[in-house]
Amino acid sequence: MTKSQSSIPKDTLMWMYETLVLIRRFEEQAKREADQGRILGTHSAIGEEATPTGICAHLRDDDYVLGNHRSHHHCIAKGVDINEMMAELLGKATGTNKGKGGTMHIADATKGMLGANGVVGSNIPVATGCALSAKVQGKDNVSVVFFGDGASSQGSLHESMNLASIWNLPVLFVCENNRYAESTPFEYAVAGQSVANRAAGYGMPGVTVDGQNVIEVYEVAGEAVERARRGEGPTLIEAMTYRYHGHFGADNPRGYRTAEEQKYYEDKDCILYMEQFLIESGVATKERLEEIDNDAKAKVIKATQFAIDSPYPDPSELLSDVYIKYP
Amino acid sequence: MVSTSVRALTYAQAVNEAFHQEFERDPSVILMGEDVAGGAGRSEFEDAWGGVFKLTGGLIGKFGPERVRDTPISENGFVGAAVGAAATGLRPIADLMFVGFVGVCGDQIFNNMSKMHYMFGGKVKLPLTVITSTGAGVGSAAQHSETLYSIFVHFPGLKCVAPSNPYNAKGLHAAAIRDDDPVIVFNNKQLMGGVGGGIHVPEDSYVFPIGKADRPKEGTDITLIGISYTTYQCLKAAEILEQKGFSAEVIDLLSLSPLDEDAVLSSVKKTRNVIIVDEDYPMCSMASELSAIIAEQAFDFLDSPPIRLNAPHASVPYSPVLEAEYIPSPEKIAQAALSILE
Ligand SMILES: Cc1ncc(C[n+]2csc(CCOP(=O)(O)OP(=O)(O)O)c2C)c(N)n1
Ligand SMILES: [Mg+2]
Repeated sequence: MTKSQSSIPKDTLMWMYETLVLIRRFEEQAKREADQGRILGTHSAIGEEATPTGICAHLRDDDYVLGNHRSHHHCIAKGVDINEMMAELLGKATGTNKGKGGTMHIADATKGMLGANGVVGSNIPVATGCALSAKVQGKDNVSVVFFGDGASSQGSLHESMNLASIWNLPVLFVCENNRYAESTPFEYAVAGQSVANRAAGYGMPGVTVDGQNVIEVYEVAGEAVERARRGEGPTLIEAMTYRYHGHFGADNPRGYRTAEEQKYYEDKDCILYMEQFLIESGVATKERLEEIDNDAKAKVIKATQFAIDSPYPDPSELLSDVYIKYP
Repeated sequence: MVSTSVRALTYAQAVNEAFHQEFERDPSVILMGEDVAGGAGRSEFEDAWGGVFKLTGGLIGKFGPERVRDTPISENGFVGAAVGAAATGLRPIADLMFVGFVGVCGDQIFNNMSKMHYMFGGKVKLPLTVITSTGAGVGSAAQHSETLYSIFVHFPGLKCVAPSNPYNAKGLHAAAIRDDDPVIVFNNKQLMGGVGGGIHVPEDSYVFPIGKADRPKEGTDITLIGISYTTYQCLKAAEILEQKGFSAEVIDLLSLSPLDEDAVLSSVKKTRNVIIVDEDYPMCSMASELSAIIAEQAFDFLDSPPIRLNAPHASVPYSPVLEAEYIPSPEKIAQAALSILE
């Protein structure tokens, strides 16, 4: 254990473990809902739990997180209620978005989660605007946007990095590089083979981090968040990670990547790593970690029951929320 | 119709066949889009996806990665590249996976694609095709379920077609590729998913002319005008009306720009009543446009005002109970017809 690792407060370490496990159990259930045909499908975040967990460990409720199409893990790490999330997946009135948004649009402004987003790259400028707002209003909140390796090819990222840099905005651009955009490999689509390197062109720090290692993510994010809060501007973080399942729903990843490659990442699983770390550093016992896992499973069962028992929205909801006042 | 001569294809198979035939016919045809082949750069995984809706499978194996190009997620980049390539001797097809992504590449479509031929005094031609997917009904929520015909139709310089079945889908894709103007092809997700599929599609290459509507059902009491998936809904509604003793004629619009005004007007003048069924948002929609044309040019023939049946003025909801209310259903179409006819 290095010095900096030992300096992470015990509560934070345990919160991170609980969050990793809760995301994993939630996502397993979401996948079951899809596999059993109760919902169309989701973009599974299994395997990618550590990046938002290590980053959100530094965030307050009044900091902003914006996500993409694969965002359940961002939402849970930012503290969105999993009962409401599961209800949203089932299209129920008690969902985070009253059933109107579904898996790709979960949002809870009270928790600073300003939304998943189905259009790749679309939330990056919005997050930049949240950071602008904090700065103009003289607040010290920071804004974090998560996007994929695929999204790094959208102009929206490049325009936003430039804006954030010239205006010195408190924003973290966090690329979850899971090596694929649908079936398209990162090494085909990203010239120069690095997203982080692109930061240099916009005069901001660009850091690559092992996205399977929540401790490393935590440390890199800590510096970036503090920099942003101090008013020293944006950071680009590229977290190297992997999705264990297909892109969406029933997509079979064997069509475009090898079992060996997948095993390499599964062996570096973020939860296994953290379990070992906590036990070896004496922060928690194996029994305690099992209790946490059982607790997460129970919470997910409860959330699923809550969602099933909840009513569907009234058909009149179709026409509400289009405007605040109209005409 | 069951017969040994029926060569039943799905919508996706029919479009795929058109692509293969046009690639074969004309070496200047190229394709760009995300995962149009899939597994890019890895020979062992070549053609991993063949397009999200399976329209473009098999092309890379036959025609190679020079002509069949998986792109990074950069719609403004590759749609703009299609404009440049079209201006300089190629006949590109760009796959805009979902029509809402026009928000990313609107600059290229609206500011360049639609205008270059005109602005440059007719001296540059853009023989390119944009294919895109439309429609609600599959639980994909607000950003992946739009229809948006009228945004494109609004622009002079763009031709727009919306096939309704495997037969006309094959012919319209071939026609779009061969056309020397930019053509946008709207492919409905439910149709691509199999609804209305399995009809006869001739193997030989053919074009379905752009600018022509079809009349899949003749009738005398009312005209139901459908576009793409709503044509299927109109045909179902016509069956309901038949049971109630009314004879509905169905016009399948197919070409949104240019519009087959003659087909619309001659049907309406005959039946004297009309409902336009359009899955797009209602304001300034195809239904609005058709209703205006009918009012202007067939007013004296009408027994009742034209009725527009659109989706509501709201984004597409996720919840299945709300989404079911969203799309004009056969029952709603029939109900609207009965409100005039009974
Ligand atoms: C503008 C846009 N283009 C294409 C898509 C279709 N699409 C959805 S997710 C995806 C891949 C995204 O890859 P990446 O950004 O790496 O995120 P990941 O799915 O790997 O988490 C694509 C192409 C989209 N939703 N939006
Ligand atoms: Mg990715």
